[in-house]
Amino acid sequence: MEDLYREIIIDHYKNPQYRGRLDPHDIHFEDDNPLCGDHIEITLRLDGDGKVADGRFDGKGCAISQASADLLIESIVSKPVEEVKQLTKQDILDLLGIDLGPVRLKCALLSLKVLKAGVYGLGEASDDLIE
Amino acid sequence: MPLDIPRLRQDFPILNREVRPGVPLAYLDSTATAQKPLAVINAMDEFYRRFNANIHRGVHTLAEESTAMYEAARAKVARFINAPSAEQIIFTRNTTEAINLVAYTWARVNLKKGDLVVLTEMEHHSNLVPWHMLSAERGVNLEFVPVMDDGLLDLDIYRALLARTPKLVAFTAMSNVLGTINPVAEIIRLAHEAGAATLVDGAQSVPHLPVDVQALDVDFLAFSAHKMLGPTGIGALYGKRPLLEAMPPFLGGGDMIKTVHLRNFVPNDVPHKFEAGTPAIAEAVGFGAAVDYLETIGMDAVASHEQEIIAYALERLEEIPGVKVFGPPADKKGGVAAFTLDGIHPHDVAQILDGSGIAVRAGHHCAQPLHEKFGIPATTRASFYLYSLREEVDKLVKGIYEVKKIFG
Ligand SMILES: Cc1ncc(COP(=O)(O)O)c(C=O)c1O
Repeated sequence: MEDLYREIIIDHYKNPQYRGRLDPHDIHFEDDNPLCGDHIEITLRLDGDGKVADGRFDGKGCAISQASADLLIESIVSKPVEEVKQLTKQDILDLLGIDLGPVRLKCALLSLKVLKAGVYGLGEASDDLIE
Repeated sequence: MPLDIPRLRQDFPILNREVRPGVPLAYLDSTATAQKPLAVINAMDEFYRRFNANIHRGVHTLAEESTAMYEAARAKVARFINAPSAEQIIFTRNTTEAINLVAYTWARVNLKKGDLVVLTEMEHHSNLVPWHMLSAERGVNLEFVPVMDDGLLDLDIYRALLARTPKLVAFTAMSNVLGTINPVAEIIRLAHEAGAATLVDGAQSVPHLPVDVQALDVDFLAFSAHKMLGPTGIGALYGKRPLLEAMPPFLGGGDMIKTVHLRNFVPNDVPHKFEAGTPAIAEAVGFGAAVDYLETIGMDAVASHEQEIIAYALERLEEIPGVKVFGPPADKKGGVAAFTLDGIHPHDVAQILDGSGIAVRAGHHCAQPLHEKFGIPATTRASFYLYSLREEVDKLVKGIYEVKKIFG
């Protein structure tokens, strides 16, 4: 369990570096996981070279969903948007450094789903984005 | 006489397992599904080793024996809820299918546009969605008896709804979240006075309380074997005979017919009319063994053990700062404690408890409207059964303190 609730997760949950909302922003998307009420909203600002200049997330939910959102935003700031589009489930698991069962995987991947729906400019977030 | 729980637990091999090396299991999720005693496991094993054959119409020995075992299980289940006859027990897959059976047969004949069905706000999705679907298809109206802050149904509003002469009142005997034991007999009596038929979701009451369908005068009762020490894949619908006889068949196919011609068929008698195709035969045998086991223990003893455990659990949980348990006080509920822990999501609570081998459930427990009513997305739920120990409550409490420390 110490594994799962590795300090890094609790730390990012309790002291997120990227919680908030960017206004103005270039990209905005939000979605929730109705099963447990997790909610994630992401706002991004881009620079002139197609890179993520800055990003924020907001929302509520379990430690895994919120910590993974914070870790995810941290990992994409100053990255090219084209690279962000290629992120996968494994990238999130690597950020968290843990293995998760299917129920908690949904918590962990909500922020990636929201992020990808945002950068692809989609109307709705689909699970295909995180396969 | 109080149950000898440590001895009784020897009947349940799974309760001895370790979740991980050195971490014994504390199974506090019996409301979702109960663990199985050896009597059930062995009965099913033996069925496959010695008796297995398809039932009804077979002439060979195994077919006759299997048929007799399947029908004997039906008789045991009937006896368990004091049904007047075995034919009034229809085997289904589970509670959900039993409720759907009523919604697809009885309701589609007896309800028309504008008719009213009364449900409650504490229903499991399985006693909501079939009625949503009927409502969308037929224009049947749905009204809900509210749940009050203390977890009890508002019977004044129920009476007011009855004045609108509903055709059906369908409600759970016990909430799988709040644990509330509803005044089933009174709700049924009032419904009948208003001319409504009644369907009771017995998924939680039949496993945990003595249930007598004749004393209750209930029209339909639905329940699942897997929540009462039996296998998954089988449940039952009890119905009053005249209602069952007047109902059209449910699914079409083999076994539910008397005769079939190219262009028509004659349905079989009750209960076979509602059991199309090869049923869950080994599961029925296991269901019968589960009922035998519970009868040997005695449902009064089961209920009073759970009463004692839940009283202790509420007392211990409520002394933890930040814990809020939902539902009525112990004397008005079964062995279910759904709670929130301030500032910590139920998924995190359940996951950390799992690390200590404590199996609880986190989520909305298929009662999303009830959670919406209380303004929370989810709860953590610990639930108890005849094999639950006070020490498991102590473990849970200790585990919750650990969760608080991790999030500290
Ligand atoms: C009150 C209640 N009704 C219905 C059900 C559905 O039971 P099943 O999934 O066996 O059909 C459950 C089980 O979760 C329940 O607790």
